[in-house]
Amino acid sequence: MAYFLKPALLGAAAAALLTTSAMSQQRVLKYNADYDPLPLKGMEELIADFEKANPDIDVQLTNFDHEGYKTAIRNFLSADAPDLANWYAGNRMAPFVNAGQFMDVSDVWEANGLKDALASSLGGMTMDGKQWGIPYTYYQWGIYYNKDVYKSVGISEPKNWDEFVANCEKISAAGIDCVTTGTKALWPGAGIFDYMNLRTNGYEFHMDLANGKIDWTDDRVKATFANWARIVPYITKNHAALDWQDAAALLVQGKAANYVMGNFAVGVFKEGGMTDDNLGFLQFPEITAGVPRAEEAPTDTIHIPAGAKNVEDAKKFLAYVASPEAQSKFNATIGQLPTNKNSTVGDDPFIKAGFETVSTAYGLAQFFDRDAPAEMAKVGMEGFQQFMVQPEKLDSILKRLEQARKRIYK
Amino acid sequence: MTGSTTALPAMRKPSGTWWKRNQRRLAPYLFLAPGVFMFALYVIWPIFDSIRLSFFDWDGLGQKTWIGLDNYYELGDDENFYTSLKNNVIWLVLYMLAVPIGLFIAIFLNQTVTGIRVYKSLFFFPFVISQVVVGLIFSWFYAPNFGLLYKLIEWMTGTGIAFLAEPDYVTYALVAAGLWPQIAYCMILYLTGLNNVSPDQIEAARLDGAKGWKMLWHVILPQLRPATFIAVVVTVIGALRSFDIVSIMTDGGPFGSSRVLSFYMYEQALSEYGYRMGYGASIAVVLFLIMMVFISGFIWKMVRDERGV
Repeated sequence: MAYFLKPALLGAAAAALLTTSAMSQQRVLKYNADYDPLPLKGMEELIADFEKANPDIDVQLTNFDHEGYKTAIRNFLSADAPDLANWYAGNRMAPFVNAGQFMDVSDVWEANGLKDALASSLGGMTMDGKQWGIPYTYYQWGIYYNKDVYKSVGISEPKNWDEFVANCEKISAAGIDCVTTGTKALWPGAGIFDYMNLRTNGYEFHMDLANGKIDWTDDRVKATFANWARIVPYITKNHAALDWQDAAALLVQGKAANYVMGNFAVGVFKEGGMTDDNLGFLQFPEITAGVPRAEEAPTDTIHIPAGAKNVEDAKKFLAYVASPEAQSKFNATIGQLPTNKNSTVGDDPFIKAGFETVSTAYGLAQFFDRDAPAEMAKVGMEGFQQFMVQPEKLDSILKRLEQARKRIYK
Repeated sequence: MTGSTTALPAMRKPSGTWWKRNQRRLAPYLFLAPGVFMFALYVIWPIFDSIRLSFFDWDGLGQKTWIGLDNYYELGDDENFYTSLKNNVIWLVLYMLAVPIGLFIAIFLNQTVTGIRVYKSLFFFPFVISQVVVGLIFSWFYAPNFGLLYKLIEWMTGTGIAFLAEPDYVTYALVAAGLWPQIAYCMILYLTGLNNVSPDQIEAARLDGAKGWKMLWHVILPQLRPATFIAVVVTVIGALRSFDIVSIMTDGGPFGSSRVLSFYMYEQALSEYGYRMGYGASIAVVLFLIMMVFISGFIWKMVRDERGV
């Protein structure tokens, strides 16, 4: 397929070059991406700035539907590779790195001092000691809570897990769900698991578990679930039939008090009528005293496919996207956190809280479905959902996860 | 002009006679050839290719590794596979309800009342709209907190039941959604069948004193046999292909309790967390074998009927 396409494309490119050569010798940089409308606007602004600074480069952005992109990338990387492609950090990029379809960009990191400036994302971008892409944005996870509910029940922000559980008893007595979630799409449940495990056993243990180095039937994993079990009775019933937006509505309506979610949910809460006055953000409370505070911060990334034709300009673009100026501008537009620590953030209280939370964290997890291999993520997230519905079946759930682990990480 | 017409037969004489001699014998094969070619390319070859793929471990990107029967051994140990298989059986059994219900609605609608065509088309409506829309409507119907059924149960018993969140009920809830358009389909098949029921026989039966159930069972139903056969075939196939409704309403959840084989195959081979092509292919092979049981049965019956005539 690629073989037949190439001459045609080269011909088209040559024709384009011929027609524009009168104006300037522009080099084409093809970029495939999966932006939603707001990030798309932000990236178009960045591209415009980049082209102004580099008049000899013409960035051609092809934007895909977010979900469709996940399938499309598997085709275009081998059939008709662009010069740049969006993807995600952590284990999510492993299939492409292992199949040799992403290019090693360690030199871009070295040359621009990114190992220091993007230190928080270094772990998520490194495989086999090399860096395979550039992070352009991330966002924090945490507990979003309804301040009005806290006030009406007469509780304050919990300092640790015991206080959180005690709060839950009071909230529940008032007929309100203490923790809400909507696990129809499975992933929201993984956010709760990640925090339970990060706070119970710490960052290293969590990453080892996601990488298949620890048995799921290990006592420390059971300890995580034992802590989780303390709040299971206070989680919204029927969460398995709810989308995450449905659960957000419960928080807005005051039928639920807390929601373990990513910062993208703030937009939904505010559309529902909440304001900075009654929507609060909490870092997930401490569970095991002395475990350093690690956070969840899923990172979106840009990579150079192995089949890229204009590698030199692609690397120039990556360096530009990693710069504090570009990161500040892009993330101000889309309301997320810049990955470059020298960037600035706006006045939004949730962005400020997030920047504070993430940049002072001991370690950053990418989220269970990016840290663990895809198959393990699926089996795991189903297990987490089942645990929240049928906590008494924990042993059989863990046995199933352990079987899957033995098969998947051969 | 004349020169060319005389020249042609002269040139083709040797092959022409062979062609003439065998024309009648060859013609059917020549006419069949395009169809056979398409069928082989788009049906037969993919079947064998899937069977071959089921012996490999392949993520769709890297190298294929031959692992023999390992995928099938794994299926034998896979709890999710048995859940899907069990759900397929539930689908198959309960989906058959569409046939009798469709028949009774058809008989009910088979009368001459003003505006009957409007009623008929209203009953047929669910089959016209897409399965995706059916799934969406039913998931709102079942939805916790605002769904009509949920509210109704809450009003009657005090606590609502979110059927799509209950691992024990979810498959039945999905079958109910799937039945809605399927009943309409069976109904339309029977309505056309009822048009062809001979009035003479009914008249004769009536003179002999047959009415009610006896009339239905002994006079009407035998004449509806071809319609029944088609209704059963499309319902069996529909039950085994039940994918859209599962995908739209639950995505196989909660924790995989509403999966059916076709959905599990898709999940393993092509979904976001899948890309186990070999394993997906082995599920496809099992589904294919199950379908083959029914398909061979139908083909056997059709062949027998044709011979009988």
